[in-house]
Amino acid sequence: MNVFMFYLFSGIILICSLLTITTRRILRAAVYLLCVLLATAGLYFMLNYQFMAAVQLTLYAGGIVVLIIFSILLTHHISHRFKHPNTVNLLMGLGAAVVGSGLVIATLLSHTFQAGTAPELKVDMTEIGTQLLSTGKNGYVLPFELISILLLAAMIAAIVIAKKDKNKNSEI
Amino acid sequence: MIQGIPLEHFLIVSTIMFFIGICGFIIRRNLITMLMAIELILNSVNINFVVFNRYLYPDQLQGQFFSLFIVGIAAAEASVAIALIINIYRKMQNIEVENVNELKF
Repeated sequence: MNVFMFYLFSGIILICSLLTITTRRILRAAVYLLCVLLATAGLYFMLNYQFMAAVQLTLYAGGIVVLIIFSILLTHHISHRFKHPNTVNLLMGLGAAVVGSGLVIATLLSHTFQAGTAPELKVDMTEIGTQLLSTGKNGYVLPFELISILLLAAMIAAIVIAKKDKNKNSEI
Repeated sequence: MIQGIPLEHFLIVSTIMFFIGICGFIIRRNLITMLMAIELILNSVNINFVVFNRYLYPDQLQGQFFSLFIVGIAAAEASVAIALIINIYRKMQNIEVENVNELKF
């Protein structure tokens, strides 16, 4: 059952990510991206990281995809189709992808990984919250605070960039 | 650890997804589609971190925290990028990268 679900999720991820970059309608690309992100959340559930899967579902599949679909609807006609990419770009992209993935897969298949023998930690919300806010060993309070500053800066930057210029009379 | 699935299968899936993202970043000429390719790349890196955490160091949580922070940074990056894209569309009526060649505010 587990093995079957793993190959199902992997198939969804591979096929939908290929369709994301090859489809000629941009709204369909966004929907295929949503499928990829949902299948990834399924993989996290299989690995027993429920919190990570929930973050993936709410932030990626809920937040970022909705943002992308909004901007697609603001900037494209719904019947818009891409023209085919030019041949040089296509060859370069395919070459980079094939050579790179071949190299990486060959390397990781020739390496043997030492599986961890330590007893499995029970991952619950108490453990995650304690480690995220502690300052001692296994404490992550510094990156936590840094990312809060980063999110504040991104929010202010998005507002400043997207607001209209008051001094000029733009037509739109 | 999941019974019957070796670590390498996860890594192969995430590697192929990473390079599909890079290929999409190279062949597409539209800013939003390039942003989607970047999301694919970040997502595959997340899978790698979480899988290494589960298979090699099951008594710690480092990989999971790395993925959490990557998801947060991806959200910040997407919001700023989309604000930029909408602003570019307002000025130039177009978001193909060939036409956005003016660095003037």
